Amino acid sequence: MTTAVTDKPFTLAGRTYQSRLLVGTGKYKDLDETRDAIEASGAEIVTVAVRRTNIGQNPGEPNLLEVISPDRYTILPNTAGCYTAEEAVRTCRLARELLDGHKLVKLEVLADQKTLFPNVIETLKAAEVLVKEGFDVMVYTSDDPIIARQLADIGCIAVMPLAGLIGTGLGICNPYNLRIILEEAKVPVLVDAGVGTASDATIAMELGCEAVLMNSAIAHAQHPVLMAQAMKYAIEAGRLAYLAGRMPKKLYASASSPLEGLIR
Amino acid sequence: MQIQLNGEPYALPDGQTLADLIEQMALTGRRIAVELNQDIVPRSQHARTPLKDGDRVEVVQAIGGG
Repeated sequence: MTTAVTDKPFTLAGRTYQSRLLVGTGKYKDLDETRDAIEASGAEIVTVAVRRTNIGQNPGEPNLLEVISPDRYTILPNTAGCYTAEEAVRTCRLARELLDGHKLVKLEVLADQKTLFPNVIETLKAAEVLVKEGFDVMVYTSDDPIIARQLADIGCIAVMPLAGLIGTGLGICNPYNLRIILEEAKVPVLVDAGVGTASDATIAMELGCEAVLMNSAIAHAQHPVLMAQAMKYAIEAGRLAYLAGRMPKKLYASASSPLEGLIR
Repeated sequence: MQIQLNGEPYALPDGQTLADLIEQMALTGRRIAVELNQDIVPRSQHARTPLKDGDRVEVVQAIGGG
């Protein structure tokens, strides 16, 4: 394939990735389905939650990180389910110990169980502490361009606005806010949350996002492994379309076939 | 002695260390992280960290999430 434009690599915290699709590990039927879907997605960065170990669980029960190996994937521990800056910071510290000093985290501080909307005030507080402690913070936030700017100024390595509420699959609800965030972005901007199907992922990439993070769109599809593959292509298509630059929209028709040589 | 383990009361003999507790939970060598009274205890320190009555221990692992 020859392309006139060479894409710059997708780089996070000094590491380069081929895939611009990041995936979650929640809501799958079992660990086999998790593994197969992630493999089909081609994702190299995989987000995981940190939770209390069940006391008295089956001792032989496989652990997620034994299926999604940190040797193969970049593990992105997240603070999903945290409602205060303090809980989120504690979770990140535990994640760093869990992953032997690993610094990359996804910060998410929620405000409300019904909307799972980010609490941006607590998010800003947590981001400041985590950046000072040397974490590489990828931060989930609302699509408010001012907050996105402040999070980048604090030193977050990536800003990840929602495209729609977590788990809704409503798609890119406010492309205009995303465009403003993208226009003044000083760090990579990723859409995190809201994607429902492949075309949503493509739209996010066409807008100029560096990458997309998703979970439910794959895990809650009728056939998660197939949707994972669809998402892989959707991300690639959207990225290429972004690089290619779309044609301008016009009100009136413009013939694609030459007007000369028509039979009369 | 009585400690709080992941928010639940848990009894264990006096003089035990974090490593002993982790062994009782059949988690030795597994990928976990441990907090004692809200401070991380690095893996290398588990065997050298004695527990005392009233300690609050959190043992966490990675699970599926988005």
